[in-house]
Amino acid sequence: MDKGLSIRVAQAAPFPLEAAFDVAPGEVMALVGPSGSGKTTVLRSIAGFHKPQQGRIVCNGVTWLDSAAHVSLAPRERRAGFVFQSYALFPHMTALENVMEALSDRPRGDREEAARSLLARVHLGTHGERRPAELSGGEQQRVAVARALARRPDVLLMDEPFSAVDRMTRRKLRQELEELRRELPMPVVLVTHDLDDVRRLADRLCVMHKGRILQSGKTAEVLANPADQTIADLLDIG
Amino acid sequence: MDWEAFALSLRLGALTVLLLIPLAILAGRALAVSRSRGKPAIEALVMLPLVLPPTVLGFYLLSGFGAGSFAGRAFEAVFGTSLVFTFEGLLLASLIVNIPFAMQPIQRAFEAVGPELREASASCGNGWWRSLWRIELPLAWPGILTGMALTFAHTLGEFGVVLMVGGSIPGETRTISIAIYDRVQAFDDAAAGEMAAVLLVISLATIALTFFLTQRIGRRHG
Repeated sequence: MDKGLSIRVAQAAPFPLEAAFDVAPGEVMALVGPSGSGKTTVLRSIAGFHKPQQGRIVCNGVTWLDSAAHVSLAPRERRAGFVFQSYALFPHMTALENVMEALSDRPRGDREEAARSLLARVHLGTHGERRPAELSGGEQQRVAVARALARRPDVLLMDEPFSAVDRMTRRKLRQELEELRRELPMPVVLVTHDLDDVRRLADRLCVMHKGRILQSGKTAEVLANPADQTIADLLDIG
Repeated sequence: MDWEAFALSLRLGALTVLLLIPLAILAGRALAVSRSRGKPAIEALVMLPLVLPPTVLGFYLLSGFGAGSFAGRAFEAVFGTSLVFTFEGLLLASLIVNIPFAMQPIQRAFEAVGPELREASASCGNGWWRSLWRIELPLAWPGILTGMALTFAHTLGEFGVVLMVGGSIPGETRTISIAIYDRVQAFDDAAAGEMAAVLLVISLATIALTFFLTQRIGRRHG
């Protein structure tokens, strides 16, 4: 796949992992599975934070990892926007500075305006001068999304982006992300264990268990026809 | 009041901080993120000057720096001066003795930054230097300040190693703590008391200032 994301990773240790899938531009792929199923490791492998023993990751035509050819780009060289589960905002910087930090490849004079525009896009236009400690969980998540998008990434990676907020905020954030994703031109990989997230946001899904993909396909099809009872149990649709 | 000894102590303390802290930042950061199996051994080595009796440490430094040692001969060949009973030797000894005081708080501060913020910085496109400068140093700053204060205060108060390696040469190796000892030996309690009080005030002020600044930084970071 020239555009979009193509990933094949495998390792035997320290824990077994074998995953392969493609995500087209503008498409949202959800990785679903219980804790320890390897979904976050797959996400971290794409970003370059984890180096699997074998694999090939190509994004937007650029090879990020090719273990056979000894190619492995450093995380900062991969254009991957990452929304961390705990948001990982820089606590000594304001919301605006957090977003500007990911804009260092742009001319200095353009950064503030670009950051303000990104914050406005996630409905945080008036909160730019606040530090993370002065923001609610939902607001922090929005800053994390704005920062992840600031580098104009070739792929957006989201690790349980709604897990640290209450149900009401979760619903609101999911709705906002649903609106935002229609405008996103890049592939999106979303790690979640919440089926509501999957139904509302994902075009396709991969069900992972013990480091392997058990079933993948269009969201509606997989949810309607789990391949076996294990998958049905994992998806809680048994 | 032995102002010469006081000035020498301040110079020794300032130079020790100036030379040791940048190295401690690099080494402390490296140890903080290291997942090497040799890490506990290196950490033990770093802590060694803290638990070794100063006379034992002083003895080894004296043997290691002496005119008969390789390091002593090499230093003398390059700089034309000996390492024992000189200010340069005292400074080198001070750097070694203070390694745990500088490294410990700095390493802990870098550990507290956590891997996620480093990864977030990398995903923002930051390289090693930019990440250190923009993200890690501002967050580890309280630990660095503590390392600076402990190193400075400990250098002012160091006695055993200084006596072993430097002796008590006025203007060269006689620090304020050695001067206090000399005055006590000479039954000059008034001068010893004066210098002890100055040392007490400076040490207390250094630590108090550090606590004040680290608390302020902590509040700012929420």
